[in-house]
This record gives sequence, C-alpha cells and structure tokens, in this order.
Amino acid sequence: MTEVHILSRQLYSSNRHRRLASFALVLPLLVFLIFSYGFPIGTMLWQSVSDKEVGAALPQTVVALASWDGKTLPDEMAFRALAADIKKARADETLAPAARRLNYDVSGFREVLFRTARRLPPADTASAKDYLTKLDPAWSDLAYWGAIRNAAGPASLYYLLSAIDLRSDPAGSIVAKPNDSAIFIDIFFRTFEMSLIVTLICVVLGFPVAYLLASLPARLAYPLLVLVLVPFWTSLLVRTAAWVVLLQNRGIVNHALIDLHILNEPTALIYNRLGVYVAMTHILLPYFILPLYSVMKGISPNYMRAAASLGARPIRAFVKVYLPQCASGITAGCLLVFTVAIGFYITPALVGGAADQMISYYIAFYTNTAANWGLACALSVWLLGATFILYVVYAKLAGGVAGPKT
Amino acid sequence: MMSRFMRCIALATVGAFVTTAAAARDLTVVSWGGAVQKAQSTAFLEPFAAESKAPLRQASWEGGIGILRAKVQSGNADWDVVEVESDELAIGCEENLYEKLDWSKIGGKDVYFPEAVHPCGVGALLYSFVLAYDPAKVKDAPKSWADFYDLNKFPGKRALRSGPKLTLETALMADGVAPADVYKVLSTDEGVNRAFKKLDTIKSSIIWWQTGQKPVELLASGEVAMTGVFNGRITAAKNAGKVFNMVWNQSMFTWDSWVILKGSPNIDAAYKLLAYMEDASRQAKQMTMLANGTSNKASIGKVDAKVAADLPSAPENAAHAMEVSAQFWLDNFDKLSDRFTKWVAQ
Repeated sequence: MTEVHILSRQLYSSNRHRRLASFALVLPLLVFLIFSYGFPIGTMLWQSVSDKEVGAALPQTVVALASWDGKTLPDEMAFRALAADIKKARADETLAPAARRLNYDVSGFREVLFRTARRLPPADTASAKDYLTKLDPAWSDLAYWGAIRNAAGPASLYYLLSAIDLRSDPAGSIVAKPNDSAIFIDIFFRTFEMSLIVTLICVVLGFPVAYLLASLPARLAYPLLVLVLVPFWTSLLVRTAAWVVLLQNRGIVNHALIDLHILNEPTALIYNRLGVYVAMTHILLPYFILPLYSVMKGISPNYMRAAASLGARPIRAFVKVYLPQCASGITAGCLLVFTVAIGFYITPALVGGAADQMISYYIAFYTNTAANWGLACALSVWLLGATFILYVVYAKLAGGVAGPKT
Repeated sequence: MMSRFMRCIALATVGAFVTTAAAARDLTVVSWGGAVQKAQSTAFLEPFAAESKAPLRQASWEGGIGILRAKVQSGNADWDVVEVESDELAIGCEENLYEKLDWSKIGGKDVYFPEAVHPCGVGALLYSFVLAYDPAKVKDAPKSWADFYDLNKFPGKRALRSGPKLTLETALMADGVAPADVYKVLSTDEGVNRAFKKLDTIKSSIIWWQTGQKPVELLASGEVAMTGVFNGRITAAKNAGKVFNMVWNQSMFTWDSWVILKGSPNIDAAYKLLAYMEDASRQAKQMTMLANGTSNKASIGKVDAKVAADLPSAPENAAHAMEVSAQFWLDNFDKLSDRFTKWVAQ
C-alpha cells in the first residue's frame, strides 16, 4: 500500500516537473500575449465605456438628477447641488476634465461651466434656480442637464453610441445624432466600400497571375513568384511613397500619358480615391495571389484533361471544373484582403484626399489630435467587432470548404 | 484586478523614474526636440548651465496635455520648465497644472510682446500660418486669402491644413471679414455656414495636408500653386535653395510658451532660466537659427535685416496679422471638426 502510494507520488512529482517545464516553455509566450494583446485590448474595451469625469466633479448634482424625468427643468435641489459641486470642483481642479467630457456631448458646455464657475450664486441666495437660469440661458436648456445626467458614470455607453452616430437624449432614450455631427456611419460605410472595391480589383488582377504561376513549369514560375514576393516583403511606407512619386502631377505616369498624347495636361491621379485604390491594390495583391496560388497548385491538370476528353470546350471546362475547385482559395484571398484593407491607415493618409480617409484615420485623429480617447477606443471596438465577424466567416469558409489537399 | 495590475505597473514606472531622476533632480527643461530644441539649447540652455554652474537636464516631448496632467497630479513631476502650445497653456492653466508666474522675477510684463504674456506662461516661440507660393508658377503675386480663393485669377490647386482650425479663418478673411472679427463671426452658426460656403467655391481644388513638411513638398513638386503653411518650413526651404514667397498679410500667429510645472522643486532655478531667456540679444541669437519670433520686444531689432524680413515678429509682418484664438478652438474644435469631416466628404 505504502509502496504504491510512494510510487504514485514519485510519478506525480516527476510529472509535475514535466508540467512545470512545459509551462515554463510557454510562459514567455503567455506573458507576451498578455502584454501585447490582452492588456491593450482590455484597456481599450474599458476606455470605451469608462465615463467617470463628470461623476467625480459633480457628485451631488449627479445624485440629485438620478430621479429626474428629463422632461421639465430639475428642481431647486439640483441647482443648489450644481452650484456647490462647481465651486468644489473648481478648487479641486476636477472641473476641466468634466467640462471637456460634457463638451463632447453638448458643444459649448465647457464655456458655460467655466462662465458659471466665475460667477457662482452667493451662499444666501434665495433660489439658486432663478440665479443660474438668469446667469446663463443654458441652465434652462434640458440638453445641458441631460448631458450631466447621462454622464453620471462610472461607465456608460456614451462613446460606443457616439461612434455609431447615436446619443442619449435628456429623457434617457437613445436617438440619432443631429445631422452635422453624424459622421461615423458614413465613414464606416466608406471604409467597407473602399475595402470591397480594392478586394474586387485584387480578384480581377490577381486571378490571372495566380493561374499563370500555377500552370507554368517551376523553372519559369519561381522567378515570377519572386516578383510577387519582393514587393510583399518591401516596407509598406516605401511602396506608398513610391506611388506618390509615380502618380503626382509631374510624376512619371502623367508625363508618359502626355508624351503619348493621351492627355493634354496632367490629370489628378493622387490625393483622391483613385490614388488610394491604386496603392492599396498594389500592397494587398499578394494577399490574394498567394493563397489562391497554393490552392491552384493542388488542382491536378488531369481534371481539365478529363473534362476536355469528355467533350467540354475550354471555357465550359474552366467554369464547371476548374473554378469550383479554386473557390476556397478565392474566398480565402478575398477575406484576407478585405480584412486587412478595413484597417488601412497610412496609405490612404499619404495618397488620399480628406474625403478618402478610412476609419483608422479617425481613430488616430481622436487619439492624437482631438485627445478624445474614449471615442477613439469606441471606434476601435466597432472595428474590432467587424474584423472579428469577418474572422469567424473566414474560419468557417476556410475550414468548411474542403479544398483539395496536396 | 486590472486596476491593481495597472497600479503595479505605474508604481514600477514611477519607481524607476524616482531612482534615476530624484537622486539629483537637476533642473529639467522640456522642448520639442529637433531644430527647435537645438537652437534653444545653443542660445539659452547650454550657456545658462555653464554660467550658473548647475547641471541642466534636457528632454523633449511631442505635446499632449494628458502627459502634463499625469505628471503634476502624481505629485512627482520630473519636469520643471516645459514649452507648451497655446491650447495646452490655456487648458493647463485652467486645470492648475502650472505655477502662476511672478513677472517681477523675469523682467516685468512690459519687456514682452503683449500676446506673449499669460498668467501661467511666457512666450517662447512665435510662428505664423501664412500663404506661400512659388513665384515661378504664379504670375501675379497673391496678396491675401481672397486671392487664394480666387480660382479665375490664380488657377491651379491649393493646399490647406486638413481640419477646421486655420482653415475656416482663411475662408472668412477671403470672404471679406476683417482679421479682428474672424472669431466673433465664427462663433455664430451663420458665420460657420458662411465659412463653409466660401470653402465650397474652391473645394475641388484643395489638397489637404496633415504633416508640416507636406505643403513644402507639394509646392516644390508643382502639385499646388499656393498653400497655407507654417512660416518656419518655408524659411527652411528657402535656406535650402528654393525660391518661395510668403504673404504676411492676414497671416495667423500663435505663441508657444514656457511654463513652470506646479510644485516644481527647482522653482528658483526655473525662474532664473526664464529671466536668462528674457535677454534680447540671446533671443536674437535664437532667431538667426530658427525662423520664429521671440518674446522680448527689443529682440527683433538685434537681428540682421535680411533675417528679420522672414520673421513673424518683424513689425511689417506683424502689422496685418491676427492671433489664432486658443480659447475659441478649445470651446469649438470638437463640433467644427465633426462638421468639417462631414463637409469634406460631401
């Protein structure tokens, strides 16, 4: 009994060493994943719903507004709480972050808050409500009170809604943003539209190339494959900058077209949608060619020969026999190109105009220029969501369709 | 869990800073790196360190009020004197991140240009958004933003900075609004509509740039006939052999300022440095290296006339200029930026 016991313990401890050893082997990877993916993505998710500035600066007001219906002006208690909160927030230096947050929701709120802070009601005022509404008409406007109530925090859907052109009204129901500030749905659509067009161009250009590569003898195919791979390995920035040189007004392409008398004067090939399509297609083409090529390589030429021997004309044989077999390669290539395309930032920024920027540009804009990190994170969350859905589709299609195995 | 984790990281980071920086905690001056900081270093920081025989540490940053907020509020700021942009000056002063300046320690307010004086900061650099063109490609010399918006008289593409700031102002001035009234008009909805309507007239001919060097490239490659651009870039291009002209009429200037971070343990040394930098001859030395104005009214008189001609603080250049309103953009940037994004895609 004891021997068995000792034996099993020895076995267990030797296994434990092995388990520890194998765990130690994956530990660096785990730490790397936590730091490079888990932590930043988690922070991003949290930032997109974190909404604590107003609650910290105006705690009493937030409490006083908790039971407010949002249809008529709040009562005297809320006004008194507001005056007391502003006074304290000014002293504690928490007013400015709250003002910034409220200004996102109602433009002009910053000014109102600081103007009010400079002329707060005296302590013995009979009615803070009368005083404040007379001081600034904004305090008779439900929108301002609604903004405070909806920003009570510590977390809210404000940024996530804002990123898809929605907002909460003073009564708390979700409504569309006013037309002038509803910009993101258009930008998401633009992002998807541009990615789709680039994907289609890649299909049209990439299919013949992949077919050629797959059907040529290796001696000829490999040098051609290198021609596909070398740009693939070249820095994205270098390739984009090269297009600037080629496509500009006095660039090689315009010069060539004029010398050939196709054009009389230079035409705009860059800083517009055309330039973005050209540069993005160039960068993404290998992502389409390579998976398709690997699928095509696996299709035995015997199928086409069999079709021909059964009397199919070349086009019929191609459509009925060849195309279905490379369908999985086409879907894989399309999804890969599309997924990479929706995250493009630097290429449209360099060769596009102001109306050709994709969602990543606005994420960068709200991170760096506008310093509205909540909104930047919310846009990222929606983009991540879209990418994730595409990934699931990709996994289903790539795994579900049994491509020919070599 | 997450917050504890973050706190650990923050502690570790702060710990690292404390052990390296706090030991001596020399006066630390932070500017924008590159050519700007090199000029400041040669004109002020190195001679100051040598004369005061106290070590001076330099660092550089790329702006962002969040960094200053984090440093001051942690109670452990490792920076003392920082060069900030006008909006960071306004916000930071509101948030009480800077020392309120005692002007008697740095020569009194009167020696400085009035726009360089702020309760929390003293002007460090003056730079301007100007109209620039290549005289070889534009026959008549454009004289104002009205010419910039006149496609008949001046055909060809133009470049402007992407975004509403420094764009809507040009549109209003081109539409006949006096520089002094620009922000008053822009504060109203009609004014904003008027600016966008004016922009509509040249919309298809505008190339929008994002980074400071781009307009110079666009001008040099002949892509655009004229551009709105920061003056320093054009002077640098001229020094490199390009022949470009700047229009100072209706130019828009803005100040970068020196601030002392709240609670700086080196506040006396910081004041001594600011006083040292007040000197007109030292500022003139910086101007010969960098095409930006400096804060002392007398400094412009001490530089070569040829250098002065391209400086925003030269009296003839400043005569018809307006100041970019940091306060206006603080209050309105978000709204107008959305509107601009919408408009530009239409």
